[in-house]
Amino acid sequence: MFGRLNWDQFQLKDPFLLAATIGMPIVLIAVVVLLAYFKKWGYLWREWFTTVDHKKIGIMYILVGLGMMVRGVAEVLMMRAQQSIAMGDAQGFLAPDKYAELFSVHGTIMIIFVAMPIMIGLMNIAIPLQIGARDVAYPALNSISLWLTISSALLVMASLVIGSFSTSGWTGIAPFFEKQFSPGTGVDYWTWALQISGVGTTLTGINFFVTILRLRAPGMKLMKMPMFTWTSLTTTVLIILSFPALTVALLLLSLDRYLGMHFFTNDLGGVVMLYNNIFWMWGHPEVYILVLPAFGIFSEVVATFSRKKLFGYESLVYATAVIAILSFTVWLHHFFTMGNDTSVNIAFGIATMIIAIPTGVKLFDWLFTMYRGRIQFSTPMYWTMGFMVLFGIGGMTGVLMAVPPIDYMVHNSVFLVAHFHNVIIPGVLFGYFAGMIYWFPKSLGIKIDETWGKVAFWCWTIGFPTAFFPLYALGLMGMPRRISHYDDPTWQPLLIVAGIGALIITAGLVLFAVQGWKTVKDRKKNADTTGDPWNGRTLEWSMASPPPVYNFAVIPHVEERDDFWEKKEKGTAYQRPEKYSDIHLPKNIPYGVYIGVASFLFGFAMIFYIWWLAILGVLGVIVTLILSGNNDDTEFVFPAEEVKRIEDAHYERLAAAGVLSGTSTTTLEHKHE
Amino acid sequence: MSSTAHETAHGHGVDQKQFGFWIYLMSDLIIFAVLFATFAVMSGHFAGGPGPKALFDVPYLFLETMFLLVSSVTYGLAVLSLQAGKRSAVVWRLLITFVLGLGFVAMEVNEFSQLIGEGFGPDKSAFLSAFFTLVATHGFHVSCGLLWMATLIVQVWRKGLTAGVESRLLRLSLFWHFLDIVWVGVFSFVYLVGLV
Repeated sequence: MFGRLNWDQFQLKDPFLLAATIGMPIVLIAVVVLLAYFKKWGYLWREWFTTVDHKKIGIMYILVGLGMMVRGVAEVLMMRAQQSIAMGDAQGFLAPDKYAELFSVHGTIMIIFVAMPIMIGLMNIAIPLQIGARDVAYPALNSISLWLTISSALLVMASLVIGSFSTSGWTGIAPFFEKQFSPGTGVDYWTWALQISGVGTTLTGINFFVTILRLRAPGMKLMKMPMFTWTSLTTTVLIILSFPALTVALLLLSLDRYLGMHFFTNDLGGVVMLYNNIFWMWGHPEVYILVLPAFGIFSEVVATFSRKKLFGYESLVYATAVIAILSFTVWLHHFFTMGNDTSVNIAFGIATMIIAIPTGVKLFDWLFTMYRGRIQFSTPMYWTMGFMVLFGIGGMTGVLMAVPPIDYMVHNSVFLVAHFHNVIIPGVLFGYFAGMIYWFPKSLGIKIDETWGKVAFWCWTIGFPTAFFPLYALGLMGMPRRISHYDDPTWQPLLIVAGIGALIITAGLVLFAVQGWKTVKDRKKNADTTGDPWNGRTLEWSMASPPPVYNFAVIPHVEERDDFWEKKEKGTAYQRPEKYSDIHLPKNIPYGVYIGVASFLFGFAMIFYIWWLAILGVLGVIVTLILSGNNDDTEFVFPAEEVKRIEDAHYERLAAAGVLSGTSTTTLEHKHE
Repeated sequence: MSSTAHETAHGHGVDQKQFGFWIYLMSDLIIFAVLFATFAVMSGHFAGGPGPKALFDVPYLFLETMFLLVSSVTYGLAVLSLQAGKRSAVVWRLLITFVLGLGFVAMEVNEFSQLIGEGFGPDKSAFLSAFFTLVATHGFHVSCGLLWMATLIVQVWRKGLTAGVESRLLRLSLFWHFLDIVWVGVFSFVYLVGLV
């Protein structure tokens, strides 16, 4: 009846996990009861769960990402503590298999359930506004993608309490993840969580690809798009082309595990390295999927806060495209030591090194944008400058490892760990932090607290080198990655330093909470009444904050790059239309929630071999798809009078803020400086 | 794109959905591409088990292929009736397409069950794993297409040829022809090349 789900699967022995086993259900029940007590369920259902509004979907994605980040960082602290003490006779507090579970779930969470949701959240919030659209191309699909992401994130969270997570790393280790060696629930949690969220991401990729190509405001030629839109478009192409490879890698592994097939096994003709090839055909583009939108954010931030046009716009576009193409030509550098022919390794090594060129182009474009600009040192700008310095170092260690003989020396050492954290944290995470702060006032109508934001920045920027630069040294000293215990006493001091660095970073994370609390406290003082708190350049700053449900009362006609800035310069921004017309908007739909619930049940049932429930889950998805495929009633009319009422109120606030008097940028400048 | 189309959020609905569906098909095609590559890697990995010559019955497969190819023709005829606005003709031609598609899936299931019955299941060798996975992934797609077709037949019957139904019929048409092309690849590279 319940497959392999039994009481032994509940984590009751380990004190940490016992706390989670008891704590999580209590917190969940408390939240459910409290929401019912304050009668908020109806509100949540109507305004959030069933919404197809990209602005709200974006906020929910980011909340998922930030929530999962808390768990990801908690795991870091446990791993760093373990490595600081577990030398020689000291065994530390984590058994090797628990340690392996921690690094596996840490990687999975940080890449798939922190970085991806925050990235997709920012795309949701910013892109339709940047291109002058009223929504994404397929609003219903957008909701479904969100709920697939949520249900897969919940699967990962369930692994904390019931059963355990994979011990074979976030990338999977063939053939260790085969049933013969890993019979438990772990690998299945990993495959199904990745598989379900992968479907959601692919659908998002298609959705935003079509949105950007088809829904741009009239006059916005491709070469007039904001840079974040450009890099996101490139990312969607990478998603569409690379995620199928992940789907297949996981599918074949599941077939091995469930039906006894022989793709990645040692016996009966299985090819272990085939897994690595297929996985990294997705895995390498994936890192560019994450970092390209961050590059776009840095471009927006640098131009806005340097009060200058982006330097070398076209070179940035071409550099982005070149990176996207090259990202498919380098996957083999993840396993130079596989035993390939030397010429194969050389080809992939050179391709890898070439990526440094377009990336370097970008870095110089940003520097030249800052050159002679009137730089305003706001928090997003802090993150951008921190990125330039730290990412430069991380990139260079990457070029080092692109040389196959050097890779042979440091392969699977903590040097590699230091390298990829050194590109992902400053490159991806700093970019998303900058983006979240940059678009925070647009999304919620309040400027975020800058003082605590800057303190948090310094914690991250000092904590990061403290935590990771020792790992470069340790890697060269021969320390392998993923070990829970070691006997070399010379490693310990450096590992303790790394542990202190992790604590400083955690302090930075806590300060985000302080920053959030301060922002809520001062929300009256920091309210963004004009919709243009940074004196922005692109279309998203031309409407109220938070934007009305229809985004644009009248779709703008775009003439220039940085169209809104140019119009402010010319004094033609904020022109009132002669009249407003009715606007068709997509209706809310419950299908996203249904599909999310059904796929969670399906995933959980597959992990625990509860076949009847798995069939029920599939049927749930099919029935929902038939219902939604039969639904012709997808739009409603937002009346012109209501548009006029909302817009009138906005223009009153603009007049009160002094923006409309002459509408010149000098008055704005004065206000902000 | 005219500016009037922009006054509604989704003014160019049908056209835009076709475009997105094309993008989905290209993404799906990469799934097949990776499976073909996997099959190529595994094509000599018999692990002491049988190879293509011992397994494949070409006349049977030719008949199976004909079911799918003819179903593509009848779907094309259904689209012609759709454009002519003949509702009952659309239903009949879709029904014939459905039966032909069902015949294809039934023949494939029969082939699989015979192979498994003879002891040549997908767990016997990497070659058989790759073969079953590639062919069954195609068969799974066809089955999804059949389910979709069944719901659309009901929609045409109940709602008539509305704009929404027409858009869905055209997307299923893309999907159906796409599966046809993939099958030509499967037939050529898996069955015919295997016999050479």
